[in-house]
Amino acid sequence: MAEVLVYVDHVDGAVRKPTLELLTLARRIGEPVAVALGPGAENTAAALAEHGAVKVLTHDASEYADYLVVPKVDALQAAVEAASAGGSPAAVLVPSSAEGKEIAARLALRIGSGIITDAVDVEAGAEGPVATQSVFAASFTTKSRVSKGIPVITVKPNSAAVEAAPAAGAVEALSVSFSAQATGTKVTGRTPRESTGRPELTEAAIVVSGGRGVNGAENFALIEALADSLGAAVGASRAAVDAGWYPHTNQVGQTGKSVSPQLYIANGISGAIQHRAGMQTSKTIVAVNKDAEAPIFDLVDYGVVGDLFAVVPQLTEEINTRKG
Amino acid sequence: MSLRIVVTVKYVPDATGDRHFADDLTVDRDDVDGLLSELDEYAVEQALQISENSDDDVEITVLTVGPEDAKDALRKALSMGADKAVHVEDDDLHGTDAIGTSLVLAKAIEKAGYDLVISGLASTDGTMGVVPALLAERLGVPQVTLLSEVSVEGGTVKGRRDGDAASEQLEASLPAVVSVTDQSGEARYPSFKGIMAAKKKPVESWDLSDLDLEAGEVGLEGAWTKVDSATQRPARTAGTIVKDEGEGGKQLAEFLAGQKFI
Repeated sequence: MAEVLVYVDHVDGAVRKPTLELLTLARRIGEPVAVALGPGAENTAAALAEHGAVKVLTHDASEYADYLVVPKVDALQAAVEAASAGGSPAAVLVPSSAEGKEIAARLALRIGSGIITDAVDVEAGAEGPVATQSVFAASFTTKSRVSKGIPVITVKPNSAAVEAAPAAGAVEALSVSFSAQATGTKVTGRTPRESTGRPELTEAAIVVSGGRGVNGAENFALIEALADSLGAAVGASRAAVDAGWYPHTNQVGQTGKSVSPQLYIANGISGAIQHRAGMQTSKTIVAVNKDAEAPIFDLVDYGVVGDLFAVVPQLTEEINTRKG
Repeated sequence: MSLRIVVTVKYVPDATGDRHFADDLTVDRDDVDGLLSELDEYAVEQALQISENSDDDVEITVLTVGPEDAKDALRKALSMGADKAVHVEDDDLHGTDAIGTSLVLAKAIEKAGYDLVISGLASTDGTMGVVPALLAERLGVPQVTLLSEVSVEGGTVKGRRDGDAASEQLEASLPAVVSVTDQSGEARYPSFKGIMAAKKKPVESWDLSDLDLEAGEVGLEGAWTKVDSATQRPARTAGTIVKDEGEGGKQLAEFLAGQKFI
């Protein structure tokens, strides 16, 4: 069976969930071979093997942290070339983060391949892998494939289940020589984000969001309390972020994050197209809004027309009571 | 010293309109009003700010690849304050994918001459967000992308990239490709004076032959990806809507418990 290269997103060896989802999809089209770069790369092997990686190609160098994107493109290209020695890989799968898409695009151009981004599903097909995408603010679903070269596909978080599928996960050192472009953009400083202790927004099973109706930064405590009762991530609409009530990293919508959780709870959010673009593919949608005419109610499985300052605390209390 | 900035912009169907696909599965541009992609306004704005903060002689060229109507996007950017515009237009471009678009843009940027390319973070129709990285790869210059803050001084571009895990300070020598986010600063509205002045600013039209490109390298036939189908997502089935009469929170909890979320 042909190899499928999977680019590993990890933090010091801890593999992030979207990568494990990629392994599930990769197993549908071939034998997953993971590519892990940077500090702790070798420590990813156990988790990757557990989820189906037959091989884990690793490489560490200071360039990955000191320069933007290109060193990782050089390494992934080296992995494609190494894998091609045993026959053309069936695909290269990359998590659809901002950086993941940039790495995938440059790789595709270098190896003469087409690229599909933000897939929500990948299946085997007669003419190569078929990628499903959700487009035009999730009003259309397209099925596409790469028609030239080794398909390069980036996949959004929450697109597949994480499945245990033990495989060898043999660690092999990847040989990488950096290109002249690798050191073009220097990272001169890095400030890690403070951890909130909540799940990552794009990876969370449940997202609780607040919008204009929350009416102030201090009132987001209500949204956070509801989120914490459910073990959820916190999101915010553009209106709330532009008003300075919540950080941009938590923005859900066209210019923020696109989320697809099992449950999305929109509080005080009218549901403008800009917001819908980022949450419309959520499995179950719930909204609390005082305006019965708000477009968000067209999307919901369950909606409460009412004052969020009464409904949300009552909901939080009820959840905490039921949990005991 | 002079600084030549090329801002890439896209003319897109209005996101608040009823966007759909044409029979050949390309984006239908006939039935929906088009406009300058909102996210590209931030790129134009940052070019103008770099120009205003610079002692150098700065020239801003806005560049688009698109059909006849795409001139509207150029006009808007010119009325905001850009100096001149280039419109790459050719019937053979219909159906060009992101890889092909980056080829056309890169050729046009080289022909126009540049020290700095500024793009938006993504288009509001395709939303891939890969063109700036592809341009850097094709032009062989540093990629300084997804910046929430950008400045240019003495042949160096600096900026802040806010990622999920960390906020990074980036630095590169010109020439370079930059992309900016919607956090980089609100885009200005064109003034009446700006709108009048834009009418007199030069708009050059180039076709594929001006860029030494063959029809087969671009367009639907030259695309390296193929859309096999596009299906309208079924409307979500109408949900239960209740009015809060004092028990709304508890009713919602009951629904969530029934769905096994609690």
